[in-house]
Amino acid sequence: MNAINSGASKKRLPLKEKYRHLTRGLHWDTTYQPMNKVFPHAAYEGIKIHDWDKWEDPFRLTMDAYWKFQAEKERKLYAVLDTFAQNNGQTNFTDARYVNTMKLFLTGVSPLEYMAHRGFGHAGRQMAGVGPRVACQMQSLDELRHVQTQIHTMSHLNKYFSGFHEFPHLHSRMWYLSVPKSFFDDAVTAGPFEFMTAIGFSFEYVLTNLLFVPFMSGAAYNGDMATMTFGFSAQSDEARHMTLGLEVIKFMLEQDEQNVPIVQKWIDKWFWRGHRMLGLVAMMMDYMLPKRIMSWKEAWSMYFTEAGGALFADLARYGIRLPKYAEVATAEADHISHQNWAIFYQYTHAAGFHTWLPSDEEMDWLSAKYPDTFDKYYRPRFDLWREMEKEGKRFYNMGLPQLCSTCQIPMGYTEPGDPTSIAFRSSKYNGDTYHFCSDGCKDIFDNEPEKFSQAWLPVHQIFQGNCGGATMEDVLKWYKLDGDNMDYAQSLDKKMWDEWQAGKNRVSG
Amino acid sequence: MQLDLKTIEVKQRRQTFGHIARRFGTDRPASRYEEGTYDVQAVEHFHYRPTWDPRFQIFDPNKTRVKMTDWYALTDVRQYYYATYNIARARMYEAVERNFDLVERANLLDTVDPKWLAKIRDVLVPLRHYEWGANIVNAGITYDGYGTAITQAACFAMADRLGLAQLISRIGLTLDNGDGTSLDGTAARWTGEAKFQGLRRVVEDMLVVDDWFEALLAQNFAVDGIVHGLVYGAAIPAGNALGGTPVSLMCEFIAEWRTDSAKWIDGVLKAAAKDSPENAALLAGWYRTWRDRALEAVKPLAEGLMDGAAASALAEVAAQLDARAARLGIA
Amino acid sequence: MSIVSITLQNNDDARPIIAAILADNPKAELSNFPAMVKINAEGELIVNRETVEDKLGRPWDVQEIHLSLISLSGNIDEDDDRLRLFWRA
Repeated sequence: MNAINSGASKKRLPLKEKYRHLTRGLHWDTTYQPMNKVFPHAAYEGIKIHDWDKWEDPFRLTMDAYWKFQAEKERKLYAVLDTFAQNNGQTNFTDARYVNTMKLFLTGVSPLEYMAHRGFGHAGRQMAGVGPRVACQMQSLDELRHVQTQIHTMSHLNKYFSGFHEFPHLHSRMWYLSVPKSFFDDAVTAGPFEFMTAIGFSFEYVLTNLLFVPFMSGAAYNGDMATMTFGFSAQSDEARHMTLGLEVIKFMLEQDEQNVPIVQKWIDKWFWRGHRMLGLVAMMMDYMLPKRIMSWKEAWSMYFTEAGGALFADLARYGIRLPKYAEVATAEADHISHQNWAIFYQYTHAAGFHTWLPSDEEMDWLSAKYPDTFDKYYRPRFDLWREMEKEGKRFYNMGLPQLCSTCQIPMGYTEPGDPTSIAFRSSKYNGDTYHFCSDGCKDIFDNEPEKFSQAWLPVHQIFQGNCGGATMEDVLKWYKLDGDNMDYAQSLDKKMWDEWQAGKNRVSG
Repeated sequence: MQLDLKTIEVKQRRQTFGHIARRFGTDRPASRYEEGTYDVQAVEHFHYRPTWDPRFQIFDPNKTRVKMTDWYALTDVRQYYYATYNIARARMYEAVERNFDLVERANLLDTVDPKWLAKIRDVLVPLRHYEWGANIVNAGITYDGYGTAITQAACFAMADRLGLAQLISRIGLTLDNGDGTSLDGTAARWTGEAKFQGLRRVVEDMLVVDDWFEALLAQNFAVDGIVHGLVYGAAIPAGNALGGTPVSLMCEFIAEWRTDSAKWIDGVLKAAAKDSPENAALLAGWYRTWRDRALEAVKPLAEGLMDGAAASALAEVAAQLDARAARLGIA
Repeated sequence: MSIVSITLQNNDDARPIIAAILADNPKAELSNFPAMVKINAEGELIVNRETVEDKLGRPWDVQEIHLSLISLSGNIDEDDDRLRLFWRA
């Protein structure tokens, strides 16, 4: 390739030297305006940086190389998207149930990519050192890429399927989408160093593989070449992001030992926040993919226990330990997808995607993947609900659940070590009582009650009449749902899919 | 099994997303720019306020004194979303790459009057720091701005200015045969040498402007209009008379970029001014302030590049910018 | 030593890189997944520019690996001649 200064007959600078000249060399310490006014958010979190020049640039991309590589990726990706649309690639999915994973993705994940774009813009403005600032800026660009390629991929599905057509609207209003929204609102309202720890490190490095890798492999397995392509194409940026996240952590830890406890607290917080949010992905992997690639438990073991274990062993030299409650999260990997699917099954009349009961074959798969828990705790409930369906009494829970004040998930998770009793925790703040699903969520609230007491909790808002009206019907209208909810069996998606299949069968004779 | 599209009907239920259809009043097919831009930024139900400034919501229209009926009126006439932006820049850079190759392989700089090359080294190369300031200003707007239409374009401008800073650095590397000596001292000269101080003060003052729309206008219209107008619009073409064509070749990216960027910022300012007389007056005031400051600040640089022709060249640059401002309704 | 890993797309661009990694890292172990491969190794993995160029038959810039990369685990050190992934513990 022709990156800066290659192809020259003159002296060729080595990559590291060239990058130093073209990036580090641009900086000057301002004097007409004091540095702390030019970079006003660099210090208030208490992180001490003595020498920004000690920052190690992991990947030394100059802007011209960035444009070149990214343009090449985009040309390839959009060629696939065009082909997919022209050939109606959606008719080759394994099953229309699969599309519900994409609905959850566009309404729940893509808006987070957008928030990451803006958040890294903030970090890319406020980091007082050139190296991390440029890296954050490139990540801000990348994240814009991700949200837009996702919208453009799903744009085609939106033309045929329910659940996509109001994605930004749903993200800000729908009860379960306040889980991812509050996660990112929390991150971008933190200072630049906490944001980098939250998103760059805890999310990108420790947890993002759990979202993208098995999921995109799953898309490939279910015939969704468009999603596989945007997913893998996004991941090619993600490797750069993961590395940035790790470098930021190492940099803070190396600069001053007083940074260590601050960073550890952030790692604890954001690991738990991320774990709670990824419970949605757990459910997608175990229940929503018609052809499954691996169980959530297997993914957790590969990407957290194994890869995360190696990472934290590496960081132990600085006095950093595994995130608090890591062992609780690992134990929950046996339960979380089943408990989440049960929540959505009950409340699917108020959701932007469809749910269904697993088939016999799928339940056997779940038994095999979760030998210690599925048959014992979860199969009986699904069996009962199946009986109710047979009697024409498909179970919808018409009450409104209590939400955890931190993660905002309905309080349905069980006690560590006791899968038969629901966990409840609470704290008092300014005379009000706040409820939590776990010790992890309670700790987070107790550390920043001023922040978390501000949360826009959907169920509270519904009760206060801020969501379109007093009845379920009013609320659903306010969500702008239009045939997007209820069981898959009665859905427009299924009707259309069955017609396509009938057409296929006619054609193949 | 492949599906025979002729024999089964694959009927569309809708053409585009609900928010796009409502915006245009009809469900019609939408462009990738539209779907990737409109209403992508959240506007309601923010959970927490920024810990560094709880006066504002996460995204807040009150971070500027400009008021807009619709923030998505500030569209980018280039219709850049991520893919089209990067593909456009990669194509532009490929062309300038060939120019650098030509200049370097054929030793074209040997044909240029050494006095002109000395001026390039003396004045133009340190201006990479000016671009770096512009990068920071636009990074700020990427977060502080309101609505994806303006913030994504600011993000692209942020990347552009890093690219320009690096391109100018590369011109330096070509001048010094790749040993980096032309770049080593630029920061010290930018902070120490008298002729840069006026401009550096303007740059540092732009870095602390509270109102993001004022920063947007100051940097990308008023100060760029004067600085780039002088350096790339007037001085570099004038240098061709001193055999400076190879330098012009290396600056070709910047020339093309100026046209591209002007389309964007002109469209934005025009739309904002059109929205209300209050906006137009506000923008006009900002324009006047920053244009006057820039014009004063670049005088020693104009003299450093153009000697006796400096005053008339600057007057011409200012007149052209004023005419542009008048066309946009912010004069 | 902990395991480092690199995950690449399973396509024509990545195949010479995969082959080069396997040639240069005797301890590397490859697993196949739909559309991607994951390569694990104890402690360290190196991608050498020269080996990739041998497999590819043309000059190759180490940064071109970004076009095929899906994920990695380990600290990174990249220069003109190689990309190194490693854990220090």
